[in-house]
Amino acid sequence: MTADGFLEVENVTKRFGGFQALSSVSLRVRQGERFGLIGPNGSGKTTLINCISGTLRNDEGKIVFEGRDITAVPAHRRTRLGIARSFQIPKPFASMTVRDNLKIPLEYAARAHGVAAGEQAQEILHLMGLEAKAHASAATLTQIEMRKLELGRAMAAKPKLLVADEAMAGLSSAEVDDILDILFQLNARGITIIMIEHIMRAVMRFSERIAVLDAGEKIAEGGPEAILANAAVERAYLGQ
Amino acid sequence: MVSLDLLANAVVAGILLGGFYAAVSLGVSIAFGLLDVVNIAHPVFVILGSYAVYVTNTAFGLDPIVAGVVFTPVFYAIGVVVYRVYYVSFEKKGQESLRGLVFFFGVLFIVEVGLTLMYGVDYRLVEASYIGESLRFGPVGIALRLLVPCVVAMLLTLTLYVYLSKTFLGRAIKAVSQDSLALRLMGADPVKVKDVAFGIAIATASLAGALLIMIGPVEPSMNREYIGRVFAVAVLGGMGSIGGTFLAAVIIGVAESLTSTFFGPSWAVAVSFGVLLLALAVRPAGLFGR
Amino acid sequence: MRGRTFGVVVIGMVLAGVLFMRLGVNQYYYFAAYVILQYVVLATAWNILGGYTGYVNFGTAAFFALGAYTSVVLIKGFAAPLPVLLAAGAAVAGLLGLGIGYLTLRLRGVFFSIATLALAVVLQTMVINWEYVGGARGISVVRPGRLPFFGSYVEFLFAVMLLLAILAIAVAWWIETSRIGRGLAAIRDNEEAAECMGVPTLRLKLVATTVSGSLMGIAGAPFPYYVTFVEPASAFDLNYAVNSLAMPMIGGTTTWVGPVIGAILLGTAQQVATVTISSALNLLIVGIILVAFVILAPDGLLGLVQRLKGGGGA
Repeated sequence: MTADGFLEVENVTKRFGGFQALSSVSLRVRQGERFGLIGPNGSGKTTLINCISGTLRNDEGKIVFEGRDITAVPAHRRTRLGIARSFQIPKPFASMTVRDNLKIPLEYAARAHGVAAGEQAQEILHLMGLEAKAHASAATLTQIEMRKLELGRAMAAKPKLLVADEAMAGLSSAEVDDILDILFQLNARGITIIMIEHIMRAVMRFSERIAVLDAGEKIAEGGPEAILANAAVERAYLGQ
Repeated sequence: MVSLDLLANAVVAGILLGGFYAAVSLGVSIAFGLLDVVNIAHPVFVILGSYAVYVTNTAFGLDPIVAGVVFTPVFYAIGVVVYRVYYVSFEKKGQESLRGLVFFFGVLFIVEVGLTLMYGVDYRLVEASYIGESLRFGPVGIALRLLVPCVVAMLLTLTLYVYLSKTFLGRAIKAVSQDSLALRLMGADPVKVKDVAFGIAIATASLAGALLIMIGPVEPSMNREYIGRVFAVAVLGGMGSIGGTFLAAVIIGVAESLTSTFFGPSWAVAVSFGVLLLALAVRPAGLFGR
Repeated sequence: MRGRTFGVVVIGMVLAGVLFMRLGVNQYYYFAAYVILQYVVLATAWNILGGYTGYVNFGTAAFFALGAYTSVVLIKGFAAPLPVLLAAGAAVAGLLGLGIGYLTLRLRGVFFSIATLALAVVLQTMVINWEYVGGARGISVVRPGRLPFFGSYVEFLFAVMLLLAILAIAVAWWIETSRIGRGLAAIRDNEEAAECMGVPTLRLKLVATTVSGSLMGIAGAPFPYYVTFVEPASAFDLNYAVNSLAMPMIGGTTTWVGPVIGAILLGTAQQVATVTISSALNLLIVGIILVAFVILAPDGLLGLVQRLKGGGGA
């Protein structure tokens, strides 16, 4: 397995009835990379993420992770293999405490048990700044706390690849920096991160490389400056 | 071997029965297919319609179909009330799957047991001049008690189809579950649209009930054998496609009729269950699905 | 803390049971107590799939009757002893749960629920058509003779059902406090998120369906000896479906305690009421109570108590 072949999305196509959500999209993400995925609303970003995480099955093409074809592997097993994601609209386990929310991925994806699981949960709470809310019901959290819990849960699965789906949507500028900080820290620990975002300054600051989707197709890929200068990208966002 | 006459009769009866099944299933196609409301109580409302027709038929000699039409506004009102309770208690809070289901089961239960308390478990039937007669086309006999409901069902289907495709409110109903934001921008209140839609769904139960009691005797617990049927039709028919519902209903009617003729009538119920499972396994989007 | 409560309840039940038998009461009370304990099993079983996992089973009667009719077949064909009946009832009903789960649990929860409704109707049809077990007319079953230590066979059945109730509660408590229980709760709260957090949702749902079905079947296994005349109308009674749903709803669906409270409260009320009002009216009232609870107090009495205490985590 070469460092290049960490996550390979090869010609992935996804249809919903008559609607083509993704048309032959290909990407290659390198290990340890900070990768950005942007595009106008409805361009297929979340669909692509769903295909990578296994929530959806792509109709054509392959998803290869660490040299292994995972196209037919169910989502929960992909998580155990090292792919974790956070959700655009947070999906906390509302009947549980914040801490117990973390225990689920710890126990099921990371296979941690008992005391060890408790310690690791505490560590993640500390990293996310949620220690004070450890025993609060997940249903009572504020917006930013929920987003941190989303990231925290994804972290608890001990991923090699983390996909953050619009983790900063609707947050204030300071809160955006807060989340960005956490993502940088996670990447520093060796976790490859794919960030999907609309907040341009965050994407530009964070990403080493960026891919742009529009209407289910990849229309550009490259470093932040190249993407900013790309005419096709500008057209996609502003319209003809 | 297999008698061709028997086969022909079974198929024809199945088609007619299927037409009737469409009348019963349209309400579920709208409620479940278009609004995503799992109204398992729909068949018991059909039975309620049958009893309303029975009462007016025995008391006033009112023709069943006329009675069915007359009661339609009443059932529409019931539908709106039921939906309001459902919406306020569950849909608004996002609890519709578990608790909404239990709610409709409770409603089903209350209506069925209520009818049992009022009328007992005996079978009830109606009298009308055309029930009991048959037409003959060669070897094939067509009972009027099957033909008339099928024709009425076709008219009902056609009416609903035109309404949902051609009128503003009808098109709004088709759109409401997919894009309520767009609806609001057009000035329509999604909740009111759903009120109307669910009202219409239950309103169809009135006429469907009239047709049911024309086809055969009715008693309260019959609603449960129809639950599998109507959801099988709704799923097979593409969840909200009116034309698909009719076609799916005919398919199921023929399947049941053939099963009934060659394996015995009590197995007909298992057919729709089997079709439902098959439809869900193979094509959850149905024949005409989106 | 949980373990202690559970232990206390079990010991309490055993003591109450023994005391009950020593009292030498009228046989009628054994019949009534049997029914209430039977509902403890059914409500607890239902709740493992309904309350813990969030999948609603409307076909309790199908699993219960399957247990009963499996017993009928084994009694008639092999004169099998009670332990065999219990094991067989659990096994067959468990298989049914696994089967229906396998067919429908990959789809939305509502399709599972609809399938359970249709299942009950289909199974009843099959039994009605099966002459060996008496068809629509029903079949007579002779109770074995008196056993030592027990005043009558019915007293023995009461003791058996008491043990089954303890078994059911033990299973529910064990699941609830284990990793499996936490996984089921995650599925209930948000299945998509659970799957992405590494929870094998399909597998866990199948476990829940199988265990739930097994317990319902084991509750039905002694039924033929209890009623001595088994017919489809009573084995598939709508009572079972609505009660096994209403009891957890009334008591509380998130823990093993709720169904027990609901079963004892509602079961006792119904036993008292049957003497005074018709069974149909009885059922109607249960239906109304069910709707009232699901609209106004969906977390049951336990939920209300928690809200009054100032609410908070589980």
